[in-house]
Amino acid sequence: MSAMRFDAVLLSRDAEGLFWMARYLERVENLARLIDVTQSFESPGFETDAWFGLIRINADEKNFAARGFSPDAAHVKRFYLLDRGNPTSVPGNLEDARTNARTLRPLMSTEMWRQINMFHRFVGQITPEDLEGDALSRLCTRLKDGVQAHTGITEGTLYRDQGWYFYELGRLLERADQTTRMLDIKYTAILPQGREEKRVAELTQWNAILRAAAGYHAFKRRSRASFSAEDVVHFLLRDPSSPRSALLCVRRAELHLDDLRRIYGLPAAAEAIEMAQYLRELLLEKPISHILATGLHEYLDMVQIHIQALAGAVGRAFFRDWQPADPLPAAAQGQAQNQKQGPAEALA
Amino acid sequence: MNEIFRTIWPEYDPGRYFCELTRKRADAGPVPDWLVERLGTIGLEALRARASAAETELIDLGVTFTVYSDATAIDRILPFDCIPRVLTAAEWSLLERACIQRVAALNAFLGDIYGPGHIVRDGVIPAELVYGNSNYRPEMKDFPVPHGTYVHVCGIDIIRDEFGDFRVLEDNARTPSGVSYVIENRHLMLRAFPDLMAGIRLKPVDDYGRRLRAAMSEIAPGGADDPQVVLLSPGIYNSAYFEHVFLAREMGVPLVVGADLVVEDERVYMRTTSGLRRVHTIYRRLNDDFLDPAVFRPDSMLGVRGLIGAWKAGNVAIANAVGTGVADDKAVYAYMPRIIQYYLGQEALVKNVETHICREPEGLQYTLENLHKLVTKPVGESGGYGITIGPRASKEELEAARASILADPGNWISQPMIGLSVAPTLAAEGVGPRHLDLRPFIITGRESWVLPGGLTRVAMKRGSLIVNSSQGGGSKDTWVLADDLTEGAGK
Repeated sequence: MSAMRFDAVLLSRDAEGLFWMARYLERVENLARLIDVTQSFESPGFETDAWFGLIRINADEKNFAARGFSPDAAHVKRFYLLDRGNPTSVPGNLEDARTNARTLRPLMSTEMWRQINMFHRFVGQITPEDLEGDALSRLCTRLKDGVQAHTGITEGTLYRDQGWYFYELGRLLERADQTTRMLDIKYTAILPQGREEKRVAELTQWNAILRAAAGYHAFKRRSRASFSAEDVVHFLLRDPSSPRSALLCVRRAELHLDDLRRIYGLPAAAEAIEMAQYLRELLLEKPISHILATGLHEYLDMVQIHIQALAGAVGRAFFRDWQPADPLPAAAQGQAQNQKQGPAEALA
Repeated sequence: MNEIFRTIWPEYDPGRYFCELTRKRADAGPVPDWLVERLGTIGLEALRARASAAETELIDLGVTFTVYSDATAIDRILPFDCIPRVLTAAEWSLLERACIQRVAALNAFLGDIYGPGHIVRDGVIPAELVYGNSNYRPEMKDFPVPHGTYVHVCGIDIIRDEFGDFRVLEDNARTPSGVSYVIENRHLMLRAFPDLMAGIRLKPVDDYGRRLRAAMSEIAPGGADDPQVVLLSPGIYNSAYFEHVFLAREMGVPLVVGADLVVEDERVYMRTTSGLRRVHTIYRRLNDDFLDPAVFRPDSMLGVRGLIGAWKAGNVAIANAVGTGVADDKAVYAYMPRIIQYYLGQEALVKNVETHICREPEGLQYTLENLHKLVTKPVGESGGYGITIGPRASKEELEAARASILADPGNWISQPMIGLSVAPTLAAEGVGPRHLDLRPFIITGRESWVLPGGLTRVAMKRGSLIVNSSQGGGSKDTWVLADDLTEGAGK
């Protein structure tokens, strides 16, 4: 083993900023994916249910009502794509991402900063017309493009010291969480009554979810000719190679935490590593058939709570309220999360 | 130069003002003709297109400052003018020496008034102006600073009058800003106008970060092997935040806010992912008032409790030192020529603008009798706020100024209206004369070093004399020509 020293310091505040910047941007991409898939779920007569499902899986009911919206398709789209006052909207997340980027500017590449700035301006210029008809899908594509450009620039330019690990941790945990939400959209989807109609509609919906999770073709390659719901759930939760599967995200998070502990000599990572291990076991232990039989929604809820707990452990170990040899009580940790409009409230 | 310029832009007319480009003084040395020729070759339309592309780039890069008014904050770019302001080697040599002289006097003055106070006892400057000054910090009394340096970073505002004579308008000895634009403007010019700059030998500006970090290391408390320097910023909502980022990056040191720092056992630490790490030097971009709620403003959320204690215990260096504001006060400014004479036994290499001090009866009387001819300024303000320009003010504005002065004479000075020099600037009407000033930056650790050139601020509005960024001013790249121009003379 080489005796390289990794002595460069990282401010707790910057570690936290990197973690959250990645989360906010990942949320923007996933929101675009969810909106896109919701649009393809729309079946005549059930538009409202389809769109309000988005509010439900994001646990945004209270927030939505508080902003004075009524539960119809047009308002849900506005709520997520135009409403700057809504912290869970695309403009809201991008505003938070950019604010974090400003604090992180000393650590970021100029290219990263420039792209976020321009993307932020683009999102600020979304108009009601962009939410109409075929324009909506184009808008979603551009939003995905924006985040993916960010991800690519980051991959190619962000210096990979411990800051990069915190950035990756944020992205991975957010993505794992979002994939479970994408899967959960099935829970709220309305199916027709007729048997054959129902079978076809279900197939369409699973395909749409796979597309939203960028897994459609990979899934086709991996699965049997006639696939079941079980296969899709397995793919999204447990596939070892799909970049958006919950398991892949959690495994990588675990590796990053281990690197932080070993390479950067941060023993405080231990608690988070344990929680990541537990989460990995939770994702693997029960047969999918069992999960479906006992309730997918409830299971996904539990996974989300554990992802949240893992994020909390990372925060407790490294972020700004952390004191050496003086772990904070859980209440203070929750406070730090709330200040950043973390998923604590989204989970409800 | 003049003739070439006239053939390219015959309508350009600086009037009675000194023009930085077309009316070089005989003692300034030559300015090569290429610049004007090349500007002519590029042509007005291409200049405009490139200037607008350059401004878009500034927006994309977030090279912005924040303007606050009525509780709203707007991100703005500093308007950039692509026609550079040129200083010859001879002009620069004078300015450089004048800046070093002035900083030496400022530091000697601060060491004296926070020490024995000879200058006051010798009657050179009124005691009240020093010890009664709101920026005088009794906490600093008899506290030694390394190398006798209080003002580690100084920005000196220099103008030229109708005859092309340089004059010091103001000293900025607290937390002067603007240096990031000097370097960003050069980078922008190199990207947008490579054909304009090719082969012209200029003094480089990219050494600033290294010099600043070296100075910060020189003042670190003894014993630190590789001292940890940090830049302390008020945070992202400060109007100069972009510059703080810029400097932290150029120095390669962490940008911290107050909440990142903690004082234990009179030592300063920063909170990192691996626990508390010792900090040795703080380049602070925070006013004295906010530094330490235990000593100054108790409501300050931006500072660090116990910081001043750690400093007085000799465990951390702070730059600029606390209490420098007494030296760049506009009232003390009036005494600077005498201060330079007193400590250095020299004439000021660049003179002050003639200044009337309203706290003195004759100054007040003269000011009130000549309001319509004078520029009146409150002594405590910066950023061009509160200024009344007599010759351009309405009757109501003059009366308002009179009332303000009479209400608190000690808060006011007045100066004759100086016809600030102009330089060709890209404008709606084509290329027009616009007024400008210059803020060179001086870094002092053990010794002083002056960044070649400095920030040229230009009033973008026709006829306007106010160059401050908060009041619609812009900036230009400032070229200091190399001593030897022979090489690279070809096009």
